Amino acid sequence: MSDFGVTEWAACILMGLGLAFDCLGAVGLVRLPDVYNRLQATTKCVTLGTCFILLSVAVFAFGHGQVSMAVKALVCMIFILLTAPVGAHAIARAAHASGVQLWKGSVVDKFKEDFGQPDKELDHHER
Amino acid sequence: MTDFLYTAMLVLIGVSFLCLFRMARGPTAPDRTVAMDALGTILIGFCCISALLFDQEWFVSMAIVWALMSFIGSIALAKYLEGKFYDE
Repeated sequence: MSDFGVTEWAACILMGLGLAFDCLGAVGLVRLPDVYNRLQATTKCVTLGTCFILLSVAVFAFGHGQVSMAVKALVCMIFILLTAPVGAHAIARAAHASGVQLWKGSVVDKFKEDFGQPDKELDHHER
Repeated sequence: MTDFLYTAMLVLIGVSFLCLFRMARGPTAPDRTVAMDALGTILIGFCCISALLFDQEWFVSMAIVWALMSFIGSIALAKYLEGKFYDE
């Protein structure tokens, strides 16, 4: 790893981008006031940052002849890109259904306008 | 390159501690679930950087399995918080 060619430069730049996105997502997770705001901060920034890191690993491994490692990293990247929005959507829906209030500065709640607040007590008595 | 990889691992450890802070401090259960999801995604990147650093390929396999388990855990916790069974 002593010589610093094009592959190393590309991997370093991509990994730096990924680390920056991860840091911004974590700062948003700590600083934002509401579970929905935190969710939209982390599920975009952290997912994109980890995808950049996996892409840099794939570029580095492909440049050094480890093709199977590069393909595994790309498969993992595609899997994260497919599953992270699904998980975030499920968590947001669960938070709204379990009665987590919005931040007091929020201006609109389309989900409550369309479907109403679900009757949680009735649901628990049914089970 | 090795120094840069060590620095990246240190940065990711710091980011993980921010997630752990939100997991310990979060006022409601969905906050902790969000922090757990983010922590799992960050540790996937950590595993892949370890694969480059130690030149071991099975770290990437471990990252794939970790992504799968993190997704299943998030879905199960979301269903549990919603108060429903897994087939509805």
